[in-house]
Amino acid sequence: MKLTGAEILCESLTRLGVRHIFGYPGGAILPVYDALGKSKLHHILVRHEQGATHMADGYARASGGVGVAMATSGPGATNMVTGIATAMLDSSPVVCITGQVSSKLLGSDAFQEIDITGITMPITKHNVVVSRADDVARTAREAFLIANSGRPGPVLVDITKDAQQASTEFNWEASAPQLPPKRLRNHHDQAEFDRAVELLNSAKRPIILAGRGIMLSGAMRVFEQFVRAGNFPVAMTLLGIGCFPAKDPMNLGMMGMHGEAWVNHAIQESDLLIAVGMRFDDRVTGDLRTYAKGARKIHIEIDRAEINKNVPVDAALIGDAREVLEKLLPALEKRERGDWLAHIRELKGDSAVRDIQNLPDSGHLYAAHVINDLWKETKGEAIVVTDVGQHQMWEAQYYHHDQPRTLITSGGLGTMGFALPAAIGAKFAKPDSEVWVVVGDGGFQMTMSELATIVQEKIKINIAIINNGYLGMVRQWQEFFYDKRYVATPLVAPDFAALANAFGIRGERITSRGDVTPTIRSAREASETVLIDFRVEQEDSVYPMVPAGGSLHEMIRRPNNPLVETATEP
Amino acid sequence: MKKAEASMQTLVAYVENKPGVLNRVASLARRLAINIDSLTVGPTENEEIARMTIVAHTDEKGAHRLEASLEKLVDVLLAENISERSLLERDLALIKVLADQQSRPHLMELIKVFRARVVDVAPESLILEVSGTVDKIDGLLEVLRPFGVLEMARTGRIAMTRGGDLLRPPVAAPGDADLASTGSKLK
Repeated sequence: MKLTGAEILCESLTRLGVRHIFGYPGGAILPVYDALGKSKLHHILVRHEQGATHMADGYARASGGVGVAMATSGPGATNMVTGIATAMLDSSPVVCITGQVSSKLLGSDAFQEIDITGITMPITKHNVVVSRADDVARTAREAFLIANSGRPGPVLVDITKDAQQASTEFNWEASAPQLPPKRLRNHHDQAEFDRAVELLNSAKRPIILAGRGIMLSGAMRVFEQFVRAGNFPVAMTLLGIGCFPAKDPMNLGMMGMHGEAWVNHAIQESDLLIAVGMRFDDRVTGDLRTYAKGARKIHIEIDRAEINKNVPVDAALIGDAREVLEKLLPALEKRERGDWLAHIRELKGDSAVRDIQNLPDSGHLYAAHVINDLWKETKGEAIVVTDVGQHQMWEAQYYHHDQPRTLITSGGLGTMGFALPAAIGAKFAKPDSEVWVVVGDGGFQMTMSELATIVQEKIKINIAIINNGYLGMVRQWQEFFYDKRYVATPLVAPDFAALANAFGIRGERITSRGDVTPTIRSAREASETVLIDFRVEQEDSVYPMVPAGGSLHEMIRRPNNPLVETATEP
Repeated sequence: MKKAEASMQTLVAYVENKPGVLNRVASLARRLAINIDSLTVGPTENEEIARMTIVAHTDEKGAHRLEASLEKLVDVLLAENISERSLLERDLALIKVLADQQSRPHLMELIKVFRARVVDVAPESLILEVSGTVDKIDGLLEVLRPFGVLEMARTGRIAMTRGGDLLRPPVAAPGDADLASTGSKLK
């Protein structure tokens, strides 16, 4: 059967299980769009190509499958760069398809020609130019395989216009991936494995550092067995949140720069760190010279380049988290660890997060209240997609996730503007799930044009803008480290509720605590998207905080303010 | 942790023999802020696979990161730091040196000592070809300098582990159990 390259692409995507493509058309990708119109693929028209990549990313993170974004050559492709880098830093399987000028024009600075494979080389797991229709099907299959195998990541496929237009024989079976053979490296030697087991069974004060790799390998069940078998307390990275239930007593919560004090203290006082699918990011370790000085370290990690990168380890188990944990599990010996767990409980009691639900209504509206009320109202079951900044940290602290893939956030790159488009992608991946955007007034203004995409696609999500009139996290740093010189952080915003109305979306504005829950409730009941502008306390800060480059145990603690601090645990 | 001392690290990589691969390898070193001292690429007995020898000025940790990161590239079949292994290294240089009637006999003596070859003779100059270790070529260069070195071209180092220590490209499809054994000692 003869098909054009464009038709082969659409047919291949369909066979690869794709149902949704987030994209924006243009000259060099028009043949594909023409073929898309004849296919069963659902194309979501975005308002900016950055949005398309974030949507594909949100789709991938919510579903565990591959998200697909599409754009034309030149500016369409360059607009994808931020979204591709976001996916790269958080190991998200996204396939980006870009149109390219015809192969005979390559290198001639033709209209809307740009070397997008050159530009994206350091921010993709792999990228490739396709200039023959014959190569389209095989390349598409390879792209999906690369994106979602090993340590996942974005793959960009740049297809010249002539390759889209040319006709060729389509043969799916003959188009199997032909990737170069690789040496398998995840055969760690027995000595390394034995050393890890020895460390696990002899540790007195062990703690697990749980990362996103657990989710990516689908290791949740064996991970829980591992925790039970070894009686290990668990600290979460930001991206690991959800891979182990927050309500589980062994789950201490988030570690690192804005982790709770007891979590960071437990790490510093431990004698064994068991890192699973995490990469010792600087936001997690603080000053490496003082990081967990008394602890031996086991690193379970699929990416060999992460071993000994930031923290030298005593045993490295290279491989898929699930496989490694399954192999370790039978070797674990049950330990009571009563003293150690009691000590952590003591640390926790000493600085306990304040059940903020019990606080009296002071007339102030705090972001933490809004997020905690949202958690309560949604019973912790919603998919929450955050942006980057203070609200992101408050979400991690006050919305307790029990299910994997329910917190979607840009961790590594810290991309403002991520939340709204990523939430749209997540909704397409999980149409039956309740999706909430939690976003600051700064980040929202970066990609708010995607409100139109919501309306055009008639999808239902809820948007909570945590509006403090500042670029809050930057303001906080200026408060702490720049003597309150608020340069370029006070921020004028439109009336977000009115703006929503202009898009045809219901908008609300909330200024007092008493209105928070009823408005959340009413938004949840509504069948269409609702945007709520929460006007929160302007100069509130996220605590605790390890200053950048500081030691993990030297945190700026919550000020002794009864409004934000209580000592009672529920 | 071992003390981080920068030294010359020698890596061998088997890569897909196609456009853009050299760029990926070089770009990776740049991203890791590792200075490449020399990089040579040449075909192997399999025309689809090229062999690279990368000599980089970095410490052991940097070499590990370079090796592991190289192997993450789809087009790289295998990358291995062979610095600590028993190996043979060769560099080849063409050196155009001033040679008049007076200096020529003296030059010929040196050439003999260094086992270099005269590959081009002109009235005022000679082109010498010399191969060997970097030290040997540097040594020759040192003694030639007073005569007047007009031009020089060097290939950069190629390296190979000695004897039964084989470093061959993996051939089977991913998932093949045999893959784990490539690059290990000869059975």
